[in-house]
This record gives sequence, structure tokens and C-alpha cells, in this order.
Amino acid sequence: MADEPYAIELRGICKTFGSIKANRNINLTLKKGEILALLGENGSGKTTLMNMLSGIYTPDAGSVFINGAKVTISSPEDSAKLGIGMVHQHFKLVENFSCADNIWIGARDKGFLLKKDRYKIIEDMASEFGFEIDPRKLVSMMSVSEKQTLEILKVLYYGASVIILDEPTAVLTVQETRKLFDVLRRMKESGHSVIIITHKLNEVMEISDRVAVLRKGEYIDTVVTSETTEKKLTELMVGRKIELNINRPAPNKTKPLLEIRNLTVLNDEGSVAVDDLRFYIRGGEILGVAGIAGSGQKELCEAIAGLRHVERGKIIHKGRNIAGLPPKTIFEAGIAFSFIPEDRLGMGLAPNMSIVDNVILKKYKYGTSPFVDRKSGRVEAEDIVKRYEVVTTSVDAPVRQMSGGNVQKVLLGREINASPNVLITAYPVRGLDINSSYLVYDTLNAQKAKGVGVLFVGEDLDVMMELCDKIMVMCHGRLMGVVRAVNTNKEELGLMMTGALDLVNAKEDKPAGIAVDSALTLEEWEREIEAEDKEVDKND
Amino acid sequence: MIDPIELMTLFLFSIIVYSIPLLYGTVGEIMVEKSGSLNLGVEGTMAVGAVIGYIVGCRADSIVAAMAVAFAMAALVGALFAFLTVTLQANQNVTGLTITTFGVAVYFFIGNALGNKWPQFQDSPGFAEGFSVIRIPFLSDIPVIGKVLFSHNIMVYMAVAIAILCWFYLNRTVPGLRLRAIGENPAAADSLGVKVALNKYIHIMVGSGIMGLGGLYMGLNMGGTFEGSNCWINGYGWIAIALVIFVNWSPAMAVAGTFVFGFFNTLRMYNGALASTFPEVLGWLDDIPAQFFSALPFIITLLVLIIDSLRKNKRSGQPKAIGLNYYREDR
Repeated sequence: MADEPYAIELRGICKTFGSIKANRNINLTLKKGEILALLGENGSGKTTLMNMLSGIYTPDAGSVFINGAKVTISSPEDSAKLGIGMVHQHFKLVENFSCADNIWIGARDKGFLLKKDRYKIIEDMASEFGFEIDPRKLVSMMSVSEKQTLEILKVLYYGASVIILDEPTAVLTVQETRKLFDVLRRMKESGHSVIIITHKLNEVMEISDRVAVLRKGEYIDTVVTSETTEKKLTELMVGRKIELNINRPAPNKTKPLLEIRNLTVLNDEGSVAVDDLRFYIRGGEILGVAGIAGSGQKELCEAIAGLRHVERGKIIHKGRNIAGLPPKTIFEAGIAFSFIPEDRLGMGLAPNMSIVDNVILKKYKYGTSPFVDRKSGRVEAEDIVKRYEVVTTSVDAPVRQMSGGNVQKVLLGREINASPNVLITAYPVRGLDINSSYLVYDTLNAQKAKGVGVLFVGEDLDVMMELCDKIMVMCHGRLMGVVRAVNTNKEELGLMMTGALDLVNAKEDKPAGIAVDSALTLEEWEREIEAEDKEVDKND
Repeated sequence: MIDPIELMTLFLFSIIVYSIPLLYGTVGEIMVEKSGSLNLGVEGTMAVGAVIGYIVGCRADSIVAAMAVAFAMAALVGALFAFLTVTLQANQNVTGLTITTFGVAVYFFIGNALGNKWPQFQDSPGFAEGFSVIRIPFLSDIPVIGKVLFSHNIMVYMAVAIAILCWFYLNRTVPGLRLRAIGENPAAADSLGVKVALNKYIHIMVGSGIMGLGGLYMGLNMGGTFEGSNCWINGYGWIAIALVIFVNWSPAMAVAGTFVFGFFNTLRMYNGALASTFPEVLGWLDDIPAQFFSALPFIITLLVLIIDSLRKNKRSGQPKAIGLNYYREDR
């Protein structure tokens, strides 16, 4: 086998964006018919490297060999011709096109007219590879897993022999991930080569033949998966030994701080996003919220923070209903809100303003002077930078110039500095590397020890099971149950997330999401809700 | 006193006559917007096509030359828009507004420069002949409908044909599918090897060319006289942009949508006649000041946009990437 050329070989690849060296002198090999995992922290240049194979970027230096022959890839078209197909982290699909039409966009030899037989062709091809997909289904109606299948189908249709997947499992449930891995193994058997980018070490161990590790834009090593361990891989990735356990101090629980009943909230399109939801958070505990992306997490957080209209239901904070109150009142009552959206900068911070100004944003109203108190803002900004190890050139530099992880630290730091009693945090470690993630976990645990009730909306089930005390699962905005983190497993959570398992009434004596020592008795709750419904009827 | 049937026939006939410039403008803008570009320069593009096409048509004594030049000149303006927004990545809104100012200025510049030498197309026999009514055999003999639908000049038939062709192109052909994909998600199209910039150039230019034909038609319809104070296009380019939203980016719907505006425009011309012919039912039309009728198309535009904003599940036809420039290496 030594004579067989590599499917892909990269030699000395460099790529620079402005002053950032995203890739420095990278060497990488991919054998035919193998699954190679590409491992590295965020900002280590994995996606950049793969985008050069897919023709999105062009390398500044270095050469690419495909099947032993030197090639130049200067556009996605070149890449496709060479048999490389990439499934991007953010799907490149047209939402209001059907499955078949999304593939047909790239059709070359299909004539001028759009013929009906395209549905049949796609269906036949899908079943040949063992996929189940309806070629007429609109992408906007598809689940994340279906969209991913379509992306894979697309690259296979265009004859890719090398398939690159950029964090394919980040948005999938456990069951969906298993399905995806079956697909990948089938593709490997049929002679395709696969590169898979992922953060999750257990998945790397499960699916890959070899692992290539990048660190801060540099190539570190390639190891055979069967000869390594998760611990060794982490060390390669981070560059030093690291403890992979999250602490979970025993909760020091108080009475319920925040109680939510019958909460219904609409999304931007006007359809129900949070559906008759109920749960409660005690002081001194971390409540995780699990669910497939877009199951109403965002709308729930916004409703609590007062940023979204509450259609129906109560949000009782320390015995007072805060539903419908302005965000400022809610914030002053001690409910802090840090939401990290997918693009990481969208909510909470003004990207063109400095750390100091962003800190002042939340406190400029206080004090007696008509002028802004910049001095205390600066002190606080410097404190945040020091305490959370924020990497920045200056507290006066625009927030947008910092890396995503540092931006997140500033946001979280500002919210915690307001010394809240309820902290709502959504995706606080989204895209953070291991070191920064652990810093965030420690910070949340410190808040918990102070008696703060923490609502943690997360993506990574492994992390949630280690960090949270209880996990609430949502599916299409509905409560599927609240489970103790020590008593559950990923399979159970995955089933609940897809709506296959409903544990709301699993315990006979205590329905999920209702505290036994609620601020109001059951009769009082019923009376409250009834009164409100009457109000709604009257208004209609 | 006019015969009521004859009046109604004329009224309906005029609706179509007045809808056509908007149809050209709307269909042209749909083609541009479907490529993901919001071109606010419709007014200026129509003006340039109109004035240069008209002058050349008079000199060459041919409506074919007039149409060809109107299309080409407007397409050239489109190329300018494409160069600025696609190649140089300039802001589309600002560029479109600039194109409008520029195009209308070109119209006045040429008109004022020619002064007394401004030609009348009625003096060019070939041109005037080309713009005269073509009666479709048999169909035009049907009472009322024959006159309303099948006794128009070549540019009216062409407008409807272009609208239907564009609809077919967008919805039933592979290049049309590609174009829509670019307007929705250029990165998706790019990743499948579709040439995004080239496609944008082509469709911005073709769409602009169609607008230019609408400008020419407006000029001819108004008798081809240059007035120092008023541009032929007179705000219709802006109405076309609103109409694109109203017809949900569908060229086929545009045919129907423009008739709404043609109706109100015709009302302005016929309100007196309608009032005197049907005094009991429509007598009140006489009491409304003429200025109100002139303002009506713009008031209706405003109402249409308000209603459209209130509609649930709206704008399904709006390209998602509209107004956003595409740069492949964007991080």
C-alpha cells in the first residue's frame, strides 16, 4: 500500500487574514478510504484549512496534491472537479427550494428546461446510497438532520470522492449522530475518503481511523486513533496537560426564585415558540435547558428578560409576576441575561464600541450627574479584563476586533458584575476553546455558590450532564420533562429532545416543573391563571 | 354625450395603455431583484432608455432602432450599477439613488441641449407607423374585448410577452433556478460552481434593458414632446419598485398588479366623461379635484405598501439575500 498515492496531500499551506496568521505551514495527508478527524481548538485554523480545499479561500503559499498530482484550487468549481465536496457548518442551502432543486442549482448537462424527472433522479440516487429523503420537500420544512443529509447527498451527486464535514454533529441529537456515523461508514466502505472536523473527543475515538491535530494555526501531529486516548489528544490539542472534569458542587438550595407557569410566547414569524411551558429555578442551583436548536430556547430567554411579548402565562420572580414588565425593571430586580447567538456578536454588546462603553451601556442611567461617568466604567472594564483573562489590546478598542471567546467573556462578566440573583445564560461556551470553556463553568459555579439561580441553555449534552443540577428538556417549545443530571443519560435526553419520550407526568405525586414549596399554593395558581384567561377573553 | 358602451371600451383600453410602462418597469426590476440586487435606480434607468432610444428612433426613422437603443442604453446604466455594486461592492441603496439622479439628469441634459431641434416622432413616418395600432386578425373583431385587448401597438404586446417569458424563465428553466438561488443564498450557488458575479451582471443588465423599453413607451405614449419641467417617467419608476413587492416578485402577477395602477391613472383622464355619461352612479367623480387624481397612483402605492406590511406570511417571493453584496471570502 505504500506506493498508493494519498487522496489528498497538503504541503506547507499558509493563509493570512490581515494580521492574523490563520494557517502556518500545514502538512496533512488523507489516505483513500479512510476517515480522518481534524482536531483543534477554536481559532486553530481547521475551517480555514478546509475552505482552501473547497475553493472558498486560496492559500497564500504551499501546494496541494490530489492522488499524487499537484493541483491548483482557485474556486469551488475547481474543487468539485477534483472530487472534493464540503458540508459546511452553516448549511449552504436555499431555504425555499425543494431538496431536488437545491441539487439542481449546480446542474451542468441537464438542458435548459427544468424537467419533472429531476425528482425521480434524486430519489433513485438517494436510495442507492441508502438515504431516506423526499426530493420534493422544501428545505425550510426539514429538520437539521435532514438538511445535513441533503448536503451530503449534494456532494455525492456531484461525484465527490473526498467529503469534508465541518462540525457535523454540533447540531444533532445522539440518535441522529449515530445515523450520520452509519452513513459515513457506508461511504468509507464504498471507497470515499472523509475528513471530519469536530470538538467532541468521544466522537473522534468512535468514528475516525486517524486524527490530525492543529494548534493555533500550526500542524502538530497525525496519530492513529486506535493507538491514542482522549487524554493524549487533548494534550496535543491544548499543548499541555489539562483536567477534563467539570466540578459540580452540591447545590445549596433555597426556595424557588423564578417560577414559570403556562408560558406561551410567539416567535418572529408569529407561530408558537414556547408552548404552555412551566418550570422553576431555585437559588443555588443550575438548571440546564436542553433541546434541538430552535426549540424555543431563544424566545424563552427573551420572554424572561422582557425583550419579547408574553402571550399567556406567568413569570413569578420572588413572588412578583414580571411578565410584561419593561426590561429595565426586570434587570433591576436582579435578573441578568447573557445570550450568545450563533454569530456571537448579535445580542448584548455593541460591536463598534469599546469594552468601557459597553459596560457603561448598562449603567449610564444611574448617578446624579447629567454626564456619563466614564471613570467607574473604566474601572469595571479593567476589572472584567483582569478577572476573566480577556485578551485585548486595550479596554478602549472596539469589541468587534476581539475574538469571539473574549467577546463572550466581556458580556458574561458585565452581567455577573450587576450581581444578579437569577442569571440567564444561553450558549455561553458556544465556540469557545477548552480553556475558556472551563473558565466559564467555574464562573457559573461561583455564582451558584453565591446562591444565584442559573438558567443554562446549552448545546453539549456531555457538559450539561456534568455541570447542571437538573436538566429541563424542550421539544417544539413544549416541556418534555425535568430530570436530575445524575440520574439521566444521553440516550434519554436525546429521545426527549426529539419528542419521543415525555416525562412530564412520569412521577405520579409531582408533575414536572412545579415546585412543592411554590410561592403560591396550587389553588392560588389556578385562580391566577383563570383570572388571566378571563382577561384575555374579554380583550378578544 | 358619448355612447356608454364605447366609453367603457375606451376606458378599459386605456387601463391597458397606462399599465404597460409599469409592467416593463416592474418586470425589469423583478429580474434585477431576483439576482439579489435592489436597484432603486429604476426611474433613472427608464429615463435614459427613453430619451436616447427616442432620439435615435426619430433619426433612424424606425421603432425597432428606438427599442434596441432604449434597451441597450438602459442595460448600459444597469452595467454601471452592476460594476459599482457587484465588482466594487458599493452600497446598493446609495448606488440606486445615484443612478436615478444621474438618469433623470441625462434626460434633461439631452432635452435642453437639443432645444428647438427636439424631434417629434410623428414627423418620422417609419417610426410613427411602427408605433401605430396592430389589430390582431379575427380577435380584434370581437366587440369590446377586441378593442380592449387586441388593438394595441407592438410595445403593448411585447410587454405582456416579456412578462410571461420572464415568468417562464424564472420558474421553468435551469438558468432561472440558478438565478433564484443566487438571490436567495449566493454562497450556496457559489459552492455549486455557479458564477455569481457573471449571473448578476447579466440579469441586472437585461432587467435594466426591460426598464428602458418601459421608459421609451412612456415617452411615445405622451406624444414624444419634451417638457422642460417634467420628466416623462414622472415617478413611475418608484411605483414599479413598490409594485414588485405588491406582486410578490412574480412577473405573471405583475401583469395583473399593474392593471390596478392603470385603472387609477385612467380614472384621472376619464373622470369627467364618466361623470357625464353615468350621472346617477358616477356623478360624484366630477366633484373630486383633478389634483387628487394625479396624486392617486402614489396614494395607492402608499396604501399597497401598508397593506403588504400587515399581511401575514408575507413576501414569500422576496429573495433572502436582496440588498446584500456577495463577497466569497467574507468572514
